[in-house]
Amino acid sequence: MARITMRQAITDALREEMHRDENVFIMGEEVGVWGGTYAVTRGFYDEFGPRRVRDTPISEMVIGGAAVGAAMNGLRPVAEFMTINFAFVAFDAIINHAAKLRYMFGGQMKIPLVFRSPGGGGRQLGATHSHTPDVIFAHFPGLKVVSPATPYDAKGLLKAAIRTDDPVLFIEHATLYQIRGEVPEGEYVLPIGKSDVKREGSDVTIVGYAQGLQVAMEAADELAKEGIEAEVVDLRTLRPLDMGPVIASFQKTFRAVVVEEGHRSYGIGAEVVARLQEEAFDYIDAPIKRVAQLEAPLPYSRELEQSALINKQRVIAAVKEIL
Amino acid sequence: MDKAMLLEWYRQMVLIRRFEQKSAELYQLGKIGGFLHLYVGQEAIAVGTIAARRPTDHIITAYRDHGHALAVGIETKAVMAEMLGKATGISKGKGGSMHMADVTRNFWGGHAVVGAHLSLAAGLGLSESYRETDNAALCYFGDGATNIGYFHESLNLAGVWKLPVLWICENNQYGMGTAVSRASAVSAIMQKASAYGMEGKQVDGMNVFEVYKATQEALQAIREGKGPQFLEMLTYRYEGHSMGDPLRYRTKDEVEKWREDDAIGILERHILENDVATKEELDGIDHTVEAELTEAVQFAEESPLPAPEELFTDIYVED
Repeated sequence: MARITMRQAITDALREEMHRDENVFIMGEEVGVWGGTYAVTRGFYDEFGPRRVRDTPISEMVIGGAAVGAAMNGLRPVAEFMTINFAFVAFDAIINHAAKLRYMFGGQMKIPLVFRSPGGGGRQLGATHSHTPDVIFAHFPGLKVVSPATPYDAKGLLKAAIRTDDPVLFIEHATLYQIRGEVPEGEYVLPIGKSDVKREGSDVTIVGYAQGLQVAMEAADELAKEGIEAEVVDLRTLRPLDMGPVIASFQKTFRAVVVEEGHRSYGIGAEVVARLQEEAFDYIDAPIKRVAQLEAPLPYSRELEQSALINKQRVIAAVKEIL
Repeated sequence: MDKAMLLEWYRQMVLIRRFEQKSAELYQLGKIGGFLHLYVGQEAIAVGTIAARRPTDHIITAYRDHGHALAVGIETKAVMAEMLGKATGISKGKGGSMHMADVTRNFWGGHAVVGAHLSLAAGLGLSESYRETDNAALCYFGDGATNIGYFHESLNLAGVWKLPVLWICENNQYGMGTAVSRASAVSAIMQKASAYGMEGKQVDGMNVFEVYKATQEALQAIREGKGPQFLEMLTYRYEGHSMGDPLRYRTKDEVEKWREDDAIGILERHILENDVATKEELDGIDHTVEAELTEAVQFAEESPLPAPEELFTDIYVED
């Protein structure tokens, strides 16, 4: 099994699906001649040509809306927003249109598209370029929201996203493009809407996804050195949210910490905690903790920005508070 | 133009007008909820443009959509049932007045966020361009929509990619209660098309013959590969923006002046003056429309409400 980067895994998924299905095409800012701002589609323009790899103007509203229109009529667009921050400009296309048209017209339409977008903080890009707004998009029924943490998951889930007949927002944390992980040769597809136990343990459950999952795994490694065995559950998909493995783990450990890079208020952690108390109240032995971004816009200055973001020390501290 | 075609146009225009008047009554009775935007006055545009399309061309419009829904041939009773929120409605009672669609007729709605559907039209055009067909997408919107970002991004993308989209601005002089001159830096909307590589053309939107001819020519140009085209249809809505509009922004005289050039009146005069058909024949069509409407209302009233479990269907294809 090869160890490849998350970037390579995403590139491979796109290339394989482009070869598999003529209806799959890519559109977005700088996806073609430039090769993708994060080099995910490097070489695609030469390989597939301008019909299937379409450079758009800087026009997020119509990138979003035209992808919906093309999908309504049977194509399978993979439309890229250069960053999730710019997807705000296309919020209406994503939420009012991609996510709602099927329902509003009584099931007459399918919207088989993928919006890909890098997101996340920690790169000194200032407040408007550093959001982790995943929870906002996950709020609305009609959209599926996926955000993988490993190259293996990224490849299998992106292929699934392209193949599903529903609209999917696929959020790639930009700091994860360089991480490496084992990815098998050949074809595989992973199910959307399934959480996954990434590490087994019996002392505490740590729930995370994307960058938060990586931080959770680092924390679990450190805790293990002290004899504390954490079970780490990767949500992978934010809508539909699969609480099954989270609850099963919690029923074993009676303690949990939820890690996310987005802000703490109204966050993914808030949702997971609410569901745990609703569905596993009798198993609660300690307060369920949240580790998340502090309640401030992200600043440019490196140390100050890092102070607002999640890290393994904060996860470890949260675990120790409840053990 | 043959007789059958003109009488069909007449039938559709009368049907749309009477459908709207009946809807207003049902709204006042509380049988139709939400917002209700009437198409009275603008009938020649939906009828004349859709008559010029091929069934494989796409239709997409804004929230003032009953006229287009009827002109593409959706059954009157399915449109009325949707108005009443019934399970037999064309959108299963989930869309309402503003969200009619019939995908089997390439009619893609009925969209209520001003300007948003222009981007969907660009996508429909893209899908045909991608497949290298010569089908087009006809996209209707009001004058108010030409001031929103979606308009500019969509026309620009269509221009850059030479998408087969016919942009049809139904300029009814007001975006809600704001006159074009108070909302748009240029009062001739067609001028905006020139920024995106289209000539644009103004058309008398009250005259179904002019509408039909201009649409035919524009679609021909699109099929010849000349890229997107833009028509500004000059028209007027006789009723308010929606039900409950206080109509403080225009005078009765202005409304009366437009009514003198009424779309149905123009077609009727043409038919009678050219001996295409007799007054009795037209009266016969009127009666047929009344009967169809009565039947549609009865059907809608007697239809069942959506089942409770319908709340959770159609959210996703794959659950």
